[in-house]
Amino acid sequence: MAFRVPQVTSRPNGEPLVRLSGVNKWFGELHVLQDIDLEIARGEVVVVIGPSGSGKSTLCRTINRLESIEQGEITIDGERLPEEGKQLARLRSDVGMVFQSFNLFAHKTILQNVTLGPIKVRGKSKAEAEQRARELLERVGVSAQADKYPAQLSGGQQQRVAIARALAMDPKVMLFDEPTSALDPEMISEVLDVMVGLARDGMTMIVVTHEMGFARRAANRVVFMDGGRVVETADPETFFTAPRSDRAKDFLSKILNH
Amino acid sequence: MQFLADNFGLLWDAFLTTLSLSLLAGLLALVLGTLLAAARVSPIPPLRGLATFYVETFRNTPLTVVFFFMIFGLPQIDFILGFFTGAVLSLGLYTAAFVCEAVRSGINAVSAGQAEASRAIGLTFGQSLREVVLPQAFRTVVPPLGNVFIAMVKNSSIAAGFATSELSSLLPRLVNADAGQLTAVLLGVVIAYMLITLPLAFGVHRLERRVAILR
Repeated sequence: MAFRVPQVTSRPNGEPLVRLSGVNKWFGELHVLQDIDLEIARGEVVVVIGPSGSGKSTLCRTINRLESIEQGEITIDGERLPEEGKQLARLRSDVGMVFQSFNLFAHKTILQNVTLGPIKVRGKSKAEAEQRARELLERVGVSAQADKYPAQLSGGQQQRVAIARALAMDPKVMLFDEPTSALDPEMISEVLDVMVGLARDGMTMIVVTHEMGFARRAANRVVFMDGGRVVETADPETFFTAPRSDRAKDFLSKILNH
Repeated sequence: MQFLADNFGLLWDAFLTTLSLSLLAGLLALVLGTLLAAARVSPIPPLRGLATFYVETFRNTPLTVVFFFMIFGLPQIDFILGFFTGAVLSLGLYTAAFVCEAVRSGINAVSAGQAEASRAIGLTFGQSLREVVLPQAFRTVVPPLGNVFIAMVKNSSIAAGFATSELSSLLPRLVNADAGQLTAVLLGVVIAYMLITLPLAFGVHRLERRVAILR
């Protein structure tokens, strides 16, 4: 391995950065999240894997309340997620999110995509926001595309811009909802490389993915979900070599043996 | 044609009246219609209900009835509008309902991911609508909005029945003056309307091409 994941650091009082306790959610009759308890420490990289329909994307989306929950509590940096309104918007601004389908603002240039949040939410000046945006675009390797529109970029480039857009808000934690699932195979690594770099820099990350290589390289912990429950939690090496649950063994045999 | 030339002053004044009536009512309809559309997609139920009530009321009432209410109904409660002001309000409030529905269809056409991404970076509902959703929604509704505004220019002819001397009001006036000139008068009035609607249609077409975005 090229690098070691930095040691997970907690605040002196041990308060996790993200805490889900007793979280339940239903889509109509379907009980998509069942009694989820999960704590993510500052600087920790958690990969959530599981079969489709296991609730892993929904879990990810509840953490910035793009999905509401019916029961339980979610706190970020000790602060409970507000229901709606300005407080929720403020809290969301501290939680970066990267979507499967990129969701770059189609009518804005790449640079404008990255500066919109800092200008409108953080109240930064245009010049300040643009300077920072150019640095971030440089960091994710798409600075040459700054004045183009999203549709003019490849999927891999768009996703890297989406990461820069989230980083521009200086988030406390980054959520990745299957960030490489919509990408052509040869573009996956350029996105994963950026994510590995972030993990190395100590960003707290929750990553829903099928990329087992990323989990092995960058994750501190793997959370395996099935049927709306957290079935197993382990460090990547243990999880991939010696999974405890039958469900995880079955899942791994299907995705690894082909 | 000599007859039209003789009455050019009359025709010109009527043309200006129809034009200013259309511009003012159009502006009112655009602003109010957009606000109504925003209200109809807002997370606040009473706001949604109010906007829906407005749209269904005005959309399902004949424009003549709206004019009648503004110009003869409101004075009953000592609220007297001038004829021209009454016409602008009637036409604008009525058309706003249609603008609202056109804009709302555009909002629905913007993919949900755009709004999610804007909320995810911390924009409030209003900011997300202003900065991300509406600019994209307007681009898709340029053609149907063009329809709404062309229909509105023609609907302004109802004002003729309520003492506003706009283009259509010239028809009975001039034909009564000289019935033999019916064809010329009709032609003159139709051309005057087209002087408003054709540039409007052309402008809409140009705008549609200019704001088209890749997706």
